[in-house]
Amino acid sequence: MKFGIVVNEGPYQHQASDSAYLFAKAAIAGGHEVWRVFFYHDGVNNASKLTEPPQDDRHIVNRWAKLAEEHKVDLVVCVAAALRRGIKEENLAQGFRISGLGQLVEAGIKCDRLVTFGD
Amino acid sequence: MSEMKKFMFVNRKAPYGTIYALESLEVVLITAAFDQDVSLAFLDDGVYQLKKGQQTKGIETKNFSPAYRALEGYDIEKLYVEKESLEARGIVEEDLLVDVTVLTRAEMGALMDEQDVVLSF
Repeated sequence: MKFGIVVNEGPYQHQASDSAYLFAKAAIAGGHEVWRVFFYHDGVNNASKLTEPPQDDRHIVNRWAKLAEEHKVDLVVCVAAALRRGIKEENLAQGFRISGLGQLVEAGIKCDRLVTFGD
Repeated sequence: MSEMKKFMFVNRKAPYGTIYALESLEVVLITAAFDQDVSLAFLDDGVYQLKKGQQTKGIETKNFSPAYRALEGYDIEKLYVEKESLEARGIVEEDLLVDVTVLTRAEMGALMDEQDVVLSF
């Protein structure tokens, strides 16, 4: 099955990003495709390369980037939501790209399931 | 993208206090621009998004409620409000900014079941 994932909450503050990541990993391990992850609302903060968690904690941003690299997952950050929150090309982590809400609509059209994580 | 799917946007939060309602509207407009079948559902505190007479000056936030009246211009005409959510908050249909279809919780559930994509904000 082809999955699209929407992440609507920032990292560390909320379980949504962790759950989305674990879901994506499980889906891929189960032989499914994760075609795109779309970051919206505070979810755009998952893409900040300035993120520096303590060393004994998980690195949410790098974890997404690694998933993207290893499994060709398209990580898209909503431009309008990103600009509101100070996420720009200059502080965008590797593996992510900034684009528009059309990419979310496209994921809804092209994927078999679109799964949302957030409140 | 000529393929058309049924998108439902489920609005469950009050219009101010968090950004979900405003950013939900942005997705709704884009989805309509992609010629998809768009419907909006309002339940829980989301019913407050459609309340007439919103005044936001005191919290120095933009009052975006006029945008709901403009939805018709984008051919977004399927607006559904949950009856139980209105009743729990003492709101009647006449208190709302726009024409809506009021559905019971069970009817709303059945409608959600018909959708291809359900996005909840």
